[in-house]
Amino acid sequence: MVKRVRRRYAAERRFRLLGLAAVSVSVLFLAFLLYTMGVKGLGGFVHYEAALTIDFTRSDLFLDPAALRGPDARQAVVSADLESAISNAAVAAYGESAAEMFGGGAVDKLTEAIVRNPDMLNGNVSLWLPVGSKIDVAAKGDSDAGSEYLVSALQQRHALKWTFNTQFLAASDSTDPSAVGVWGALKGSFLTILVTMLLAFPVGVLAAVYLEEFAPRNRWTDAIEVSINNLAAVPSIIFGLLGLAVFLNFLNLPRSAPLVGGMTLALMTMPVIVIAGRNAIKTVPPSIRDGALAVGASKMQVTFHHVLPLALPGILTGTIIGMARALGETAPLLMIGMRAFIAAPPGGISEPATVLPVQIFLWSDEVDRGFVEKTSTAIIVLLLFMLLMNGLAIYLRNRFERRW
Amino acid sequence: MLMKEKMPLTPVTPVPAEPAAIAAGAHRKESSTAEVKSGSESARSERAEPLVDVSNQVNIEDSWAEKIDPAREPKMSANGVSVFYGSKQALKDVSIRIYDDLVTAFIGPSGCGKSTFLRCLNRMNDTIPSAKVNGRIELDGEDINASEMDVVQLRARVGMVFQKPNPFPKSIFENVAYGPRIHGLAQSKAELEQIVEKSLKRAGLWEEVKDRLAESGTALSGGQQQRLCIARAIAVDPEVILMDEPCSALDPIATAKIEELIHELRGRYAIAIVTHNMQQAARVSQRTAFFHLGELVEYGRTSEIFTNPRERRTTDYITGRYG
Repeated sequence: MVKRVRRRYAAERRFRLLGLAAVSVSVLFLAFLLYTMGVKGLGGFVHYEAALTIDFTRSDLFLDPAALRGPDARQAVVSADLESAISNAAVAAYGESAAEMFGGGAVDKLTEAIVRNPDMLNGNVSLWLPVGSKIDVAAKGDSDAGSEYLVSALQQRHALKWTFNTQFLAASDSTDPSAVGVWGALKGSFLTILVTMLLAFPVGVLAAVYLEEFAPRNRWTDAIEVSINNLAAVPSIIFGLLGLAVFLNFLNLPRSAPLVGGMTLALMTMPVIVIAGRNAIKTVPPSIRDGALAVGASKMQVTFHHVLPLALPGILTGTIIGMARALGETAPLLMIGMRAFIAAPPGGISEPATVLPVQIFLWSDEVDRGFVEKTSTAIIVLLLFMLLMNGLAIYLRNRFERRW
Repeated sequence: MLMKEKMPLTPVTPVPAEPAAIAAGAHRKESSTAEVKSGSESARSERAEPLVDVSNQVNIEDSWAEKIDPAREPKMSANGVSVFYGSKQALKDVSIRIYDDLVTAFIGPSGCGKSTFLRCLNRMNDTIPSAKVNGRIELDGEDINASEMDVVQLRARVGMVFQKPNPFPKSIFENVAYGPRIHGLAQSKAELEQIVEKSLKRAGLWEEVKDRLAESGTALSGGQQQRLCIARAIAVDPEVILMDEPCSALDPIATAKIEELIHELRGRYAIAIVTHNMQQAARVSQRTAFFHLGELVEYGRTSEIFTNPRERRTTDYITGRYG
């Protein structure tokens, strides 16, 4: 008897240890992921800037002062050859090897500065400009000998400092890693998810309510139930093919647009919402339905006054899961052309756009070393975006739950 | 109806009276006087006989009802009601009457069909897809299963209180206000508040909850929840209240309060109550119907059923030999 009890306790201890080990392994994986992301990606939120003095009186920029005061000022500055002006100034300041030390980011910043203050073109201007990706990578301690030499030279002259890379959140895709940003992809993701949400949530919830509360139990509803369950397990790329065939080739909707992306992802998310919704509706106790029916509520009143509000937290949980999956989805979007290089943020749901995960995928393919860091940084942005959305959804859900 | 083949066995019922009773309420009244005499005679002769197996003759209860309450106009009457769940017959040819100013108790062992019968009276069985109800049930002479009868309105007229208190997970006020609101009984907010107050007062809950009407109905104690459910049922001003073992989930004190409440509500509403508890049936009801295995075994004055039952099965159940 005593032996049996001891064996029982030993078994319990073993089980606890096993569980603890399982939890530790998953925590370890998570820590590893976050650590690598942090180490590789956090650097992307800062970048190095170098001091540069440009003597505009000596540069051969052709800028009409009148145009600079007009509404097309930006256009005028962009068409001027600022790049060579910067390059010449850099050579004058730091020698031949510095000719390409500044990249697209510097041009963007200088453009902004001139638009804001056209008077600076009349004289000598000292500015901090973001360095090109090669120097940036070298300054962060990971590059070839040539760049490192320049970096140490700059540091000796105190001409190099780091600042927050505000541009990374404000700019869009670019071929130059020093000028890239995630704003375009973020906006694309947001619009796509919005379309997905607006389509999948109402349709999914209505389908769940109908199947659970109104549909007669027969072979047809059984068949529909099986199909929906299977649909939830279909690989996402298949939905991409479906979207390509139906939305692009048949309906001729715009290619690479958040509209089509959202519709495709909605197809993918809907079964998840339907299944979660049905389960949530099933958990509403029948006594509540009886109570409402007994005071003379119609079937629809019972559903919308009692069942749905009680099932909503569960439905929202399913929706959060579905949306998070849709937000991180890449494969179906590749099929409908959202992998194009798009340098401007989308203005609406029918304009070409890309989304964060696809942007990450595209950057991870780039040869330039500057993109390695940007890829990790974009992943951090994606994770934060997801965290934000999920947090919002959980907050909403808790508010619904806490009502009683 | 099964009645016809069994008629020769039962000298109690005059044969022509039965179809007439089913056909029209007005006609029934005329025939009932004739029935009373023959009924009372046969009742005596039946009691004089040793307890024979009369299980095949239970369909005389319709005449029992008329015999006991010849002059009363029933609020609800059921004639030959059978209920099937799929192929299983849960209720066999039950005929019963419920009166305005009387509490009718349905007693019987578990699974005897008393709750099923109660749920027929406001068509709650409609929600069970496999359930099929045969026979005629009338409310004020109208067939409640007729196509002209709107089930939503029927349930507003025939309210129900369930075994387990099932307040909505909303505020106390909302619980009571829900029915009047969906039926548009109140024109203004003040009127709605009045209805809520009146209903809670009638349910004997007002004093306990008047300061916390905004709190959740599910936060109340079990007995209070059940009274809240009663308040919710009477808020729509029903004519009949059906109670399905309303005290089986409550402690004795809460039970006593509900029973007291039933006494107070009697007269204002026709009340039918299903109960497991025979003492409760004896305390609250004036008429009792004993169900067994889906059949109505006996119906009569509560005092008679408990002191002098006619059927052996009733005796056995009441004396605790089974059930």
